[in-house]
Amino acid sequence: MNIEKQKSAPVYEALERFRRQRVVPFDVPGHKRGRGNPELVQLLGEKCVGIDVNSMKPLDNLCHPVSVILEAEQLAADAFGASHAFFMVGGTTSSVQTMILTACKAGDKIILPRNVHKSVINALVLCGAEPVYVNPDVDSHIGIALGMEISQVERVIKENPDAVAIFVNNPTYYGICSDLRSIVKLAHDHGMLALVDEAHGTHLYFHEALPVSAMEAGADMAAVSMHKSGGSLTQSSLLLLGKSMNMRYVEQIINLTQTTSASYLLLSSLDISRRNLALRGRESFEKVSRMAEYAREEINSIGGFYAYGKDLVNGSSIYNYDVTKLSVYTRDIGLTGIEVYDLLRDEYDIQIEFGDIGNILAYISIGDRIQDIERLVGALEDIKRLYSRDKSTMHNAEYISPIVAITPQKAFYSEKEMIPIRETAGRICGEFVMCYPPGIPILAPGEMITAELVEYILYAKEKGCSMQGPEDPDLEKLNVLKGV
Amino acid sequence: MDYWFSELHTNNVKMSIRVEKQLFTGESDFQRIDVFESEEFGRFVTSDGSVIFSEKDEFTYDEMIVHVPMAVHPHVKKVLVIGGGDGGVARELSHYDEIESIDVVEPDELFVQVCKEFFPDNAKGLEDERVNIFYRDGLRFLRRKENEYDLIINDSTNPFGHTAGLFTKEFYGSCFKALKEDGIMVYQHGSPFFDEDEEACTAMHRRAFRCFPISRVYQAHIPTCPSGYWLFGFASKKYHPLHDLDAARWKARGLQTWYYTTNLHTGAFMLPKYVEDLLEEAEERRRLPAEGRVLNASFDEIE
Repeated sequence: MNIEKQKSAPVYEALERFRRQRVVPFDVPGHKRGRGNPELVQLLGEKCVGIDVNSMKPLDNLCHPVSVILEAEQLAADAFGASHAFFMVGGTTSSVQTMILTACKAGDKIILPRNVHKSVINALVLCGAEPVYVNPDVDSHIGIALGMEISQVERVIKENPDAVAIFVNNPTYYGICSDLRSIVKLAHDHGMLALVDEAHGTHLYFHEALPVSAMEAGADMAAVSMHKSGGSLTQSSLLLLGKSMNMRYVEQIINLTQTTSASYLLLSSLDISRRNLALRGRESFEKVSRMAEYAREEINSIGGFYAYGKDLVNGSSIYNYDVTKLSVYTRDIGLTGIEVYDLLRDEYDIQIEFGDIGNILAYISIGDRIQDIERLVGALEDIKRLYSRDKSTMHNAEYISPIVAITPQKAFYSEKEMIPIRETAGRICGEFVMCYPPGIPILAPGEMITAELVEYILYAKEKGCSMQGPEDPDLEKLNVLKGV
Repeated sequence: MDYWFSELHTNNVKMSIRVEKQLFTGESDFQRIDVFESEEFGRFVTSDGSVIFSEKDEFTYDEMIVHVPMAVHPHVKKVLVIGGGDGGVARELSHYDEIESIDVVEPDELFVQVCKEFFPDNAKGLEDERVNIFYRDGLRFLRRKENEYDLIINDSTNPFGHTAGLFTKEFYGSCFKALKEDGIMVYQHGSPFFDEDEEACTAMHRRAFRCFPISRVYQAHIPTCPSGYWLFGFASKKYHPLHDLDAARWKARGLQTWYYTTNLHTGAFMLPKYVEDLLEEAEERRRLPAEGRVLNASFDEIE
């Protein structure tokens, strides 16, 4: 990485130059630097609406960058050790979908773990590729899906030598990392692409003590949520390419679905955040790691809560752990993660990232301060004091392996019927069912519904998880394939 | 030369004090601290641009936050002061012989240094041999305390700055746990007058009210705070601030004060109607109390 070059921010600087030119706008957006929408200016501020402008020569165009956006993307590529980086404005969902659509055509097989984000399976619906799932190992105590085990990946490759790519989510939402270098090597040895959903791993590129990043491990593509740990605006993201990829082809794929009116708020936030990460990332993530470690120690000293970390590492399904994550297992105090999540928000004015059946995840970032960590720890202790109860009545939340009956695309477009959820066991599901966040499907289109799954869904719903996906918002009924 | 310090009390209201000179400016991990010399208020210290106290009016805070609980609780031995790095509260506490230890927990060492240098009258309170200073986060300090203190004084004033954690449910919960079974907690309750501060004020009362069997609010006039009108909270496990006031005992101590009297003690709990309304609104949000808990939704009439 060339530090001198990283000090510039081409998109941001172009916007500054443009602002000083005081160009009279006879183009979109129609709010014309906010003058046509004073309430919006009141809310967002003049500076913000002033740079909400259209693509034009001095500001380049995201659909086919040739000047300042291209320069900014090249700087990002340098900062992340990639051969190219695309600025993405459709969230990391768009980066993930681009990876899948680039790697697979209809009928191609792609190897992936089942605990992927719904954007991955949505991409399979779009392109018609067939998922081959590697069953993740599950920690029986904390009840979460772990990383991909090499022996499992090897077995699936052996059974599916015709697969075109291996997709890995690394780190997972909970901070679990797989042996990325070995997975990439396996993929390449068998002529497959290695794609990495690095939505929760922007920071891995900027601190040597953190687990290996996708580009460093030699992956072909990686989707990086700059807006998560990187500090850019929500909905902005990066798609990184390794040296084997044809950048022009990927650009074509991006342009299949990407907006032609990319927001300069998002683009400049990517540019500035990249600069910030390149110049100060190491120092920031050092601090984030320290804060998370401190929080873990304090939470574990309360008793009853289990804030896990590197102690989980087992060399295979938990090859490494991302210490910037703060995941806490809550069921030993008799509360589900979602219950603790609700209590934190409703009673303590603390908003955390998510709660699932057994865990909560608090997102620690460069914006946090130690006094906020003290609040979180204090609140957890108070929750234990006031709300803990007997844990023997708790539902055992195990990860349930899916049974893929037909491809997601075929299931999605099949004729369906809605039936009461309790009568769905044995049928093939026609839609997604998931708790959001984390947005990892419990059921995806094309999967066999089992009695165990129905039980799990109803339990999650009863405990207050926000259930998404099904057409019936109350989840009384589910869409299943007709006549199958 | 016209040299003024200004502080926005709301976006539309500004308090300004003409200053003679600035004596200090510095930045710690927690706040920016400035000290000014002024004609009207004497020396005053600010945190991130908000006045913490001035020589002219600090006696009101310190007396009201110390003497009110001390005139109620019959046997205070162990006191915890959170914030209070200036020493004013410790100074008032040091007048009571029955107190055996005073733990002062102040996260910001710079603030203590600055007060020692520029406000020696306050800081001398920290020199009492019963005082132990801990440079630590208040919430963290409290986490490991159980059934230990007779009195906790939260002397932090700003529910939005670096001390935000001291105005939360978890803080009140931790204090409840750290107090003995007849313990009292008093705290800065903010100013209820401006719309912007109203929500913070009701939220504070709601939390204390849900946490403690007895939770009452009292008032004082403090010129440098927003609208000049300030509230304190009195949260208690057993003693009622008016019914358990032992005025004769307190008067017999012969302590010299400039603001507090036992008459004023009673009067300070008689609140304006709009403040009563505000507090009642906070109390009604509470779920039905468990049986046997002391209810205090109604305000006292003078007997």
